[in-house]
Amino acid sequence: MKVEALKCRICGKEFPPEALYTCDNCFGPLEVKYNWDWIHDHASKEKIVKGPNSLWRYRDFLPVSGEPVDLGAGFTRFIRATNLGEKLGLKNLFLIDDSVNPTYSFKDRVVSVAVTKAKEFGMQAVGCASTGNLAGSLSAHAAKANLPAYIFMPRGVEKGKIIQALVHGAKVIEVDGTYDDANRVATEVAEEHPDWGFVNINLRPYYAEGSKTLAYEAAERLGWNLPDQVVVPMASGALLCAIYRGFRDLERVGFVEERDVVFNGTQPRGLPISRAVKYGGGIEPVKKMDTLVHSLAIGNPADGIFAKDIIEKTGGFAEDPADEDTIEAVKLLAKTEGIFTELAGGVTVAGLKRLVDDGRIDRSDVVVVYLTGNGLKTGEAVLDHLDDTIKIKPRLEEFEEVVA
Amino acid sequence: MIKVKFPTVFVQVTKERRVEVDGAGSIGELLDTLFEKYPGLKEKLIKDGELTPFINIFVNGEDIRHLNGVETELKDGDEVAFIPAISGG
Repeated sequence: MKVEALKCRICGKEFPPEALYTCDNCFGPLEVKYNWDWIHDHASKEKIVKGPNSLWRYRDFLPVSGEPVDLGAGFTRFIRATNLGEKLGLKNLFLIDDSVNPTYSFKDRVVSVAVTKAKEFGMQAVGCASTGNLAGSLSAHAAKANLPAYIFMPRGVEKGKIIQALVHGAKVIEVDGTYDDANRVATEVAEEHPDWGFVNINLRPYYAEGSKTLAYEAAERLGWNLPDQVVVPMASGALLCAIYRGFRDLERVGFVEERDVVFNGTQPRGLPISRAVKYGGGIEPVKKMDTLVHSLAIGNPADGIFAKDIIEKTGGFAEDPADEDTIEAVKLLAKTEGIFTELAGGVTVAGLKRLVDDGRIDRSDVVVVYLTGNGLKTGEAVLDHLDDTIKIKPRLEEFEEVVA
Repeated sequence: MIKVKFPTVFVQVTKERRVEVDGAGSIGELLDTLFEKYPGLKEKLIKDGELTPFINIFVNGEDIRHLNGVETELKDGDEVAFIPAISGG
């Protein structure tokens, strides 16, 4: 079989591949351990190229055996960003644009895998704690899978994200507190209901694997080559870790030549992972998060220590743009490449700009930047920073007078 | 009386998920009582003299790292929950 076991990321103890997430030996988090002989025998570039045009083209690398719960996530736009590259001084800048996924964020990748597992395990419901994007994605995939969904969100999430979760019929529980509060309650509920699949809790080892496809896609679309550097937005840090594992997977099966890819992370100002990388020290949790970028506002990042470790050992760095810089970066991307990303993408582009300005990324480096969500979801945050509309009476002369 | 909640992953050692503990005036004292009651728990929870970062401890819903850590005081009726560190949403 493709999946051999679940394995503790800290002490290495192995467990049967069930809906488990914590090691009973050291309480460390678990990850999927694959049978690489199986993958070697089954996976090939030819098979991948045949499709489908979704993340399921990499099915041989994903921890599922049943029919996927599939809305068509993944294999999103891969863009050579010549205009933005010119502005920033980069010759080989590429963007993966996950704002065009079925529910408009990269979360469709992880959720498609996790809900497929929930079906495999015969679970009665699915759930999650979410800053917004996961909520919309889970509620849509749950609808497709015919499962009820329970979604725990903090107060203050953008309206569009709540509407998106509700329209698919999920039960949305608005917790009076931060994401970390919502997450704690969701974890307690998951503990009480072992036959519910909480995608980012008890299905987390499988869920996280969906993000590896962001690494596979970058490599495939660079002609089965790895980039020199990547820039990845961080909330819990899990995405950055998954992309790192994805590149290692491809090296392991010989699809790409080995290359020391430099990993850079970005977070809004004041959050734990960037702070630890940039200013030294450990990952210290933050209680009060003063940022407009709700989708990255996790004060207690579970994968923080792992993400920090990858950034440091690959010679990368972490940037922490202020919200004003983030909004400017959203506009810059929109005006240069025609892509309207959500604020998390602004954090990433603003971080990229700073990495280039500080000489951490070379002009000729092949750089892949991950845009994880759609701008329409956080439109209200940028509205005040845009030009006003030009108002005229319905007369040609007035247009000529006022505008031309 | 302090109400204590354990996650499923503790059950191998604690055999139960909810207990009540008497006479603990702080998280540190509560931990000492639990370590005495459940042999094996200390080795799993304490690494290099520090609490493992993979289990968070909450007093009435507040992470002790935002309070006074193991010095956090407890009073009668408080609820202490041990919860695996998990997030990403």
